[in-house]
Amino acid sequence: MNERRQLQVPLEPERYELRAASPYHFDLDRREFFKFLGAGLVVVSVLKPVVVAQESGGARQRRGESLPQEINAWLHIGENDKVTVYTGKVEVGQNIRTSLSQAVAEELHVPIEKIELVMGDTQLTPFDMGTFGSRTTPTMNLQLRKVASAARDVLINLAAAQWKTDAQHLVAVDGKVTDPQGNRSVEYAALMKGQQLTETLPAEDPLIPAADWTVAGKPVSKVDGRAFVTGQHRYPSDQKLPQMLYGKVLRSPAFGATLVSVDTQKAEQMGATVVHDGNFVGAAAPTSQLAEAALAAIHAEWKAEPQISNKELFDYLRKNTTEGKDPTGDGDRYETGSVDQAMNAADHQLKQTYTVQYIAHTPLEPRAALASWDGDQLTVWTGTQRPFGVCGQLAEAFRIPEAQVRVLMPDMGSGYGGKHTGETAIEAARLARAAKRPVKVVWTREEEFTWAYFRPAGVIDVISGIRKDGTITAWEFHNYNSGSAGIKTYYEVPNQRIVFHAVKSPLRQGSYRALAATANHFARESHMDELAHAVNMDPLEFRLKNLKNDRLRAVFEAAAKQFGWGETKTQGQGFGMGGGYEKLGNVATFAEVKVDRKSGEVKIARVVTAFECGAIVNPDGLRNQVEGSNVQGLGGALFEAIEFDNGKILNDRLSQYRVPRFSDVPVIETVLLDRKDIPSVGAGECPLIGLAPALGNAIFDATGERLRALPLIPNGLKAA
Amino acid sequence: MSTIHLAINGKPYTVDVDPRTSLLTVLREHLDLTGSKYGCGEGQCGACTVLIDGKAQRSCITRVGSVSEKKITTIEGLANGDRLHPVQQAFLDVGAMQCAYCTSGMIMSAVALLEKNPHPLPNEIVDFMDGNVCRCGTYLRIISAIQKAAKATPETAAAKGASR
Repeated sequence: MNERRQLQVPLEPERYELRAASPYHFDLDRREFFKFLGAGLVVVSVLKPVVVAQESGGARQRRGESLPQEINAWLHIGENDKVTVYTGKVEVGQNIRTSLSQAVAEELHVPIEKIELVMGDTQLTPFDMGTFGSRTTPTMNLQLRKVASAARDVLINLAAAQWKTDAQHLVAVDGKVTDPQGNRSVEYAALMKGQQLTETLPAEDPLIPAADWTVAGKPVSKVDGRAFVTGQHRYPSDQKLPQMLYGKVLRSPAFGATLVSVDTQKAEQMGATVVHDGNFVGAAAPTSQLAEAALAAIHAEWKAEPQISNKELFDYLRKNTTEGKDPTGDGDRYETGSVDQAMNAADHQLKQTYTVQYIAHTPLEPRAALASWDGDQLTVWTGTQRPFGVCGQLAEAFRIPEAQVRVLMPDMGSGYGGKHTGETAIEAARLARAAKRPVKVVWTREEEFTWAYFRPAGVIDVISGIRKDGTITAWEFHNYNSGSAGIKTYYEVPNQRIVFHAVKSPLRQGSYRALAATANHFARESHMDELAHAVNMDPLEFRLKNLKNDRLRAVFEAAAKQFGWGETKTQGQGFGMGGGYEKLGNVATFAEVKVDRKSGEVKIARVVTAFECGAIVNPDGLRNQVEGSNVQGLGGALFEAIEFDNGKILNDRLSQYRVPRFSDVPVIETVLLDRKDIPSVGAGECPLIGLAPALGNAIFDATGERLRALPLIPNGLKAA
Repeated sequence: MSTIHLAINGKPYTVDVDPRTSLLTVLREHLDLTGSKYGCGEGQCGACTVLIDGKAQRSCITRVGSVSEKKITTIEGLANGDRLHPVQQAFLDVGAMQCAYCTSGMIMSAVALLEKNPHPLPNEIVDFMDGNVCRCGTYLRIISAIQKAAKATPETAAAKGASR
């Protein structure tokens, strides 16, 4: 597949949580409004909700991903010589505060220490859909480079006017414009004198080519790393305001339950602010202990419908498709050639089914928000990948215009796609409104495991037809529920039928780092391994025979070389591979496992990943992302799975839900292919997708046992 | 409610709380020492790790009433003014973090390890640190950082940092 076709693959499929209904429907007691806004505003406030509900809905539709063209929306040079950069993207551990600073430093020609990024503040930064889909590097990095480059040109012209000389003779170096001939220079700050850069971005402005980068393209350590190693950085859950209360929310005993009756009298007598509004019941108090005690004193009765357990999951997914209604908004079917005919004519046919379980993101920092009302203005500090999305959710929940809501996102304790929604923001704001004081809500680990959303489970059927010489002639692929990201095959097959079947999921599901690309690559790359064995071909040779995409071939070849593919194995050893492309990046991962057949223990000895994402912006940050993807990927590949029954999560604690630890981590070798001729793209997701099939294929290589379910070995391999 | 006296980072504090309250809650809510993090509430993730008399303890499952006579060190008390503790410096140099929410706990555990065993082997690091979770998966870098700190540390510096 060539570069152009690769770019046409939809970038943002299946983000189920964004289409989910609002978690709460508040009545918003009129008396509360009344008291809240003050007597003089009664008439206005009673009429307001209907009008603004329409306004806020409209505002959300209006905003696309079009980027402001004025430099000052993005960048300001202060009189103190500091360069302030504004972006709606947020820092969740992927290190973009650093990589975006590098991009600005490179084009503006200022030392990186002088740059400060304001990120994810809905009042100060340009609108941004959210930090997901590996979009920061291809879009925001490029945008800020353009902005910085335009600002540099403005500064040079200002100096030229001041010195009455030709701008051609001047250069920008180290935060100054310099006239090498006139032997004079002037600081940016002195040129700007605190003025705004009101100029718009030029249509054509050549950026510095990657081959000539001096700051970008180099390993730069985390720009504010010191605040983290000293414990000084304030995460969302660390935020505090004077007079702040701690809020807790009463949870129903099962998903989808409705409140039948509630008695809050005792809790109120304890000195807590108690709110009962529709299905929402919560308490706020000066200490978290008192809030918890008040919550425990609330007596509530709930009614819930019977629900399935994870034991029936895969059968349920097949039987509960919602055909014709694709919730992802993408095409759910891709067909080319004549699959049925080709399948019948094939020398071999193979039909296999692969499954993936629901897993939890388990960000180490659970959801958290601090909300504060000032009249009818709401300010919320919260951990989210979509501050503007949460702003819209708050406006909708409280029926106020988005302009009256400000969401700020302090660099948070990760998300992995799991923090797109604003539950804690809404909960804290609802309690704060009643308490008339700021309220902070931080979810417990149990709440995070139960009331966040999960990576979708799925069933994938693959049917293939192949010639004796190893040419794949027919390919049919059906994904039930897990999603359409990475569903298309990059192998050259003339006859294909690829279908995504949407399902009414029994659990709340949503985005997870790499989306369904992990599941789809697991199925495809496992199946490729099975096909290679069916025709007695080497799995690498078999892949390359059916693969034309040069960038993908290059990563497979680079990983194979580093790994030493083809070397002889020892007893119990197994080698396997998996790879593909996603979010415009290309990855191949090779794994070595060691299996003790007596005990059933599987040790992951070594993982080699080759990755290519265009021109590398920060090789150190990139390596960190690739290594981290492999470590996080180990969990979903080997042992993570959510267990549930009748609307409850059964393993809602870290002692019951196993995540990768130090002792699980193999030797990881990362090979980075730096393609300076290709625009830089993201790296937070793609490196994850090769690991699961590589491990499954390596276990097969060691044991002859084919595992087609993720997680592969939640309880080790059964002893031989 | 009781009045409890605490010695944290060499400073005396007095709090009026139920002695069964977790040390983590007291640090974060009462004393605004938010460098120690909540991650699981059951001692499984290590994000809340502090040193109690030099030993790494999970403050989320430590009752505040049980530590009133002891020396408590949190991440905020590790640096000596502007000079970072060698373990902090090594984490920074190696880039042993992504979101860094686990970092305080990792550093505190590592300090306790190096105090006990100034030159640990890689498998000794893995064994000691296995109760600390990094969801971003920076474990290999954390191991490198600990090795680097061990190398950079004069024999007694880790112990000094821990007992201060």
